[in-house]
Amino acid sequence: MAALDELERAYASAKRDPGFRRELSRLLRHYAGRPTPLYHAKRLSQALGGRRVYLKREDLLHTGAHKINNTLGQALLAVRMGKRRIIAETGAGQHGVATATVAALFGLECEVFMGEEDIRRQALNVVRMRLLGAQVTAVAGGTKTLKDACSEAIRNWVTTVRTTHYCIGSVVGPHPYPMLVRDFQAVIGLEARRQILQAEGRLPNVLVACVGGGSNAIGLFHPFRNDRAVRCIGVEAGGSRLSPGHHAATLVRGRPGVLHGSNSLLLQDRFGQVLSTESIAAGLDYPGVGPEHAYYRLTKRAEYVAVGDTQALRGAALLAKTEGIIPALEPAHAIAYLERLAPRLSRRSLVILGLSGRGDKDVQTLAEHLR
Amino acid sequence: MERIRTAFSRLRRAHRTALIPFIMGGYPSLALTGPLLLALQEAGADLVEVGIPFSDPLADGPTIQAASAAALRRGATPQAVLRAVASVRRRLRIPVLCLTYWNPVAQFSIGSGPPSPERFLRAAAASGIDGLIVPDLPVEEGQRWHRAARRAGIATVFLAAPTSPPHRLRLVARASEGFIYYVSVTGTTGIRRRLPEGVLHGVRQLKLLTTKPVCVGFGISTPAQAAAVARVADGVIIGSALIRALDGAAAPAAVRRRALAFVGRFRSALG
Repeated sequence: MAALDELERAYASAKRDPGFRRELSRLLRHYAGRPTPLYHAKRLSQALGGRRVYLKREDLLHTGAHKINNTLGQALLAVRMGKRRIIAETGAGQHGVATATVAALFGLECEVFMGEEDIRRQALNVVRMRLLGAQVTAVAGGTKTLKDACSEAIRNWVTTVRTTHYCIGSVVGPHPYPMLVRDFQAVIGLEARRQILQAEGRLPNVLVACVGGGSNAIGLFHPFRNDRAVRCIGVEAGGSRLSPGHHAATLVRGRPGVLHGSNSLLLQDRFGQVLSTESIAAGLDYPGVGPEHAYYRLTKRAEYVAVGDTQALRGAALLAKTEGIIPALEPAHAIAYLERLAPRLSRRSLVILGLSGRGDKDVQTLAEHLR
Repeated sequence: MERIRTAFSRLRRAHRTALIPFIMGGYPSLALTGPLLLALQEAGADLVEVGIPFSDPLADGPTIQAASAAALRRGATPQAVLRAVASVRRRLRIPVLCLTYWNPVAQFSIGSGPPSPERFLRAAAASGIDGLIVPDLPVEEGQRWHRAARRAGIATVFLAAPTSPPHRLRLVARASEGFIYYVSVTGTTGIRRRLPEGVLHGVRQLKLLTTKPVCVGFGISTPAQAAAVARVADGVIIGSALIRALDGAAAPAAVRRRALAFVGRFRSALG
């Protein structure tokens, strides 16, 4: 609790500090590569019957995903708090890579916790983290995926809290994390809103993004939250099938519960034990979800749907073949959902899809499934 | 709640430190949970703690994590653990505290009724539980729960850590009932070869703020460590080391023998 209070205070003061904001936007621009393009995907649009689809290209950022928006912000906070070491959990490895990257950039010590199962299926990202100087610690407990990596990172943090900042990778965990990560990711939606107004002279009808913990989705949705006419759709991992233990569709199938310090929706059995999850996309393989998404669902500000493994693979192939962009398997879920959604939208509909990451890390998995 | 108060006032009059062993409900098996509690009493425990396993025990190190996972595999639901306690409660003269995490408490239901923490409290009270320790329920969030627990006659024990700033120590000292759980290490539960140097100082500081008993847990693994902590603390809690001592024993007689021998050594060290 003391460390969370410290973080909350540090963040509040950083937010007011023009120097902090300047430094963060300098890094986002010159190091990470912002602003990212809002790209009109014409051939994908055609394939979807003419609805105009724009891609918010977070996949073009340094390290290949939206995660760097958050880790740059948190690393600056860590330095501000005088912490010399940062730790992180990672599922797909994208957040681990983004954390290892900023650790190298700021000369901080870095340890990343990763489930044994994810180490196997995201081997490329493990190599990247080690090259960047981070220590990758395998987590053998529980389901050996993101949930347990997160638990282990928290356990390590309470042990090393005096010297260490826990750089959480999504809009989950105890306050102030969900707020802080959302604020760092809101740059996605802020840019997209400006860019679409410039390109089309109007707001989009629909925003679509994948949701694991939910950071790229909330980053896209949040700046549009008061534009009531803009539909927000979060796409969760339907896994192999929508029965307990075989998916990660928390907002679709979860009940209220507490995990990792968040009171949100949770995939759990009737005794309150957290269920294991399953998804072809390691980054979506999490039984909880950001509390703000639970709030959006409750207030109907956003809709949430589930897309299964097989459809997600088709989504990845569709984008690759129509646009020459190989997406990560996480946003491939959102692309796949567009196929389902498009026929139900009017022809003049304008859609922004959050393309949260690129597919290099998933080539091995894709190869296994193409065979 | 009353039983805890009586136990500590008796201990205080005798200038003794409470020995508080912890076992995980359903480990090594549900059938042995009740008999183990009786064995701990026989070995000289002044209070006992029994865990209700949770799938994601954030405050626990590898030993208790493994015991929780094993207990869950063997069907140790909250209801089953409470039943195991209830089955021996009349033969236990000492207070029984239950340690678990918030989610199983919040999701507790009976039959087809809706889940609620209040239902858990009623069931726990009916099983003879005297106090509850919920490490992921911070004192700042515990107000509503606290009132409900008091109505059910159950004490809520809050945790203080070496990293807790003074204002938080005061908050915990004010809210905690039965005793205050002082976490001896910055970190999770588990066996430690050495305890951090600041433990005794930390306990003394906390005792300046309160007249409530202060018990120390997390990491106490040997009778010598327990005796050192007992110089300042009102109680010592032994968890992982006891569970480790039970590892591999399956036959009821063997489990009982090991528990008696292990806890007996701590008893002798504490006097």
